[in-house]
Amino acid sequence: MKTIILQINHLTKRFGGIVAVNDVSFTMNQGEILAVIGPNGAGKTTLFNMISSVLPSTSGEVWFLGEKLNGSPIHSLASIGITRTFQNLQIFDNMTVLENVMLGVHPQMKTNVFLAALRTKAVNKDDEMAKQLAEEALEKVGILDQADQIAGNLPYGLQKLLEIARAIVSKPKLVLLDEPMAGLNDGEAAKVADILLDMKQEGYSFLFVEHDMNTVMKIADKIVVIDFGNKIAEGTPDEIKKNQKVIAAYLGEEVL
Amino acid sequence: MLSLFILIGIYSMVTIGLSLLMGYAGQISLGHAAFFGLGAYFTGVLTTSYQMSSWIALIVGVLVTGLLAFVIGIPILKLKEHFLAFATIGVNVIVFILLLGLTDITKGAAGLSGIPKLNLFGFVLQQELSFYYFIWGIVVLIVIVSLNIVHSHVGRVLRGIHDSEIATKSLGINVAKFKLHIFVLSAIFAAVAGSMYAHFMNFITPSTFHILVSIQFLVMVVVGGSQSIWGAIAGAFLMTMLGEWVKDYLPLLFDVSGEVEIIVYGLVLILVVMFMPKGLIPTGANLYERVKDKVRPVTRKEDVVVNENNHPAD
Repeated sequence: MKTIILQINHLTKRFGGIVAVNDVSFTMNQGEILAVIGPNGAGKTTLFNMISSVLPSTSGEVWFLGEKLNGSPIHSLASIGITRTFQNLQIFDNMTVLENVMLGVHPQMKTNVFLAALRTKAVNKDDEMAKQLAEEALEKVGILDQADQIAGNLPYGLQKLLEIARAIVSKPKLVLLDEPMAGLNDGEAAKVADILLDMKQEGYSFLFVEHDMNTVMKIADKIVVIDFGNKIAEGTPDEIKKNQKVIAAYLGEEVL
Repeated sequence: MLSLFILIGIYSMVTIGLSLLMGYAGQISLGHAAFFGLGAYFTGVLTTSYQMSSWIALIVGVLVTGLLAFVIGIPILKLKEHFLAFATIGVNVIVFILLLGLTDITKGAAGLSGIPKLNLFGFVLQQELSFYYFIWGIVVLIVIVSLNIVHSHVGRVLRGIHDSEIATKSLGINVAKFKLHIFVLSAIFAAVAGSMYAHFMNFITPSTFHILVSIQFLVMVVVGGSQSIWGAIAGAFLMTMLGEWVKDYLPLLFDVSGEVEIIVYGLVLILVVMFMPKGLIPTGANLYERVKDKVRPVTRKEDVVVNENNHPAD
């Protein structure tokens, strides 16, 4: 019996008269990769933002390991084990790659402004732990050799990997990825896919929003398809490939 | 000359705090003259009208100012960029008007006189030289504390807030809390500076704590390099010296009077923002590194890349 890590119940978001996400429900098992796909404007990002607490939902619930998430402040997610990446990269341009990832260790640190001002032993210890964990995470995504570079100078593909390293450094239970393949060439996308599969072996769970179908079909254990804010299908990649509604949504045919 | 260096030390206490707040955390304040003024007036009023010891006056001033910054900071730090700047101007205006208007306590525009010299555990710092050492002792303490913060995890958090607030939040960092703490810390530094200023001048008027003074502090920080603790001191030094020089020499060349140094402050700000937006110290450090690279026979490529992007100097 698999543990359900994430449960979405009747999640709905209205912007004025427009229903961006309409009554979407699904569950996700621990240790799996779940992909949310759909044509442009289908409501994927809105759904993602509700799960990651950036947007409040109009109605419906998000449950994470038996804890209700709706309305939690964004910064409280990391400490219960949820981290994320961003569609248009949000890296800290002026810091080194290593420092970027070290910030991700924050939930494990006990530091505050006043302890830091006095540079207590605990502060130095925390810092060493952060550095070690950050180096491990960079190693995992294969960019440890870039550790001392200024993050803003890295090519786009490596910045994407950096964001993934930063999201996994605190060893979260669930990582939310917002279009991890966007803007990558085939080689880079394949590399990201390999990294995600490797980390799944180590027990990480990933939920990602994506429209690069190749990668989705290759790595997802389960796919949820959204169109015009509604869930139109859910299943394994093979089931989704054969689903008439999905084909219609993507090719723009009339549903038979 | 000595008194000028004492003033530079006092201003440095304010600008170092502002550097943490603006250069590192990216939060603008155009109201720090208010906290500077509160520190000065607590010391002024408590040591004259109430005959309290300098130490109690200092502690009360710092605590009340810190508490006030905390209470004000909770709502206004929700604002971003120029909205925050406007809100801090508002704080400065209110404090200025109160200092001017509460004449029973502050003596209003006439100024508060007769503030005693600082009494260091029964040992009065009568000599300017001993006060000078005392002031720079405090500056050294503030520098150590600030460098500790900058070089720790908190320093990274502050720079993270500067670069991307949403990413910082998503890493589990309570951004509002860190902004507030650093705002309070910078207000405390300013209050200490204000208290020392009152002891040094023995006479204070509200005009020393006008918004224009907040702008002068800001100019000092920007000129020195906002992302550098040393830059904050360099900025305080340069702008104070420049101000004195202009006050002495400009009236000899032109028929002007009044606060002419303000004109030069404005001019310097424009020039610095146009030609070295990172400020003196980081730009200087950058130049030095480049020259060093040229002198060294083997130029390592990584170094050049790092320098071009100007890692905060400290």
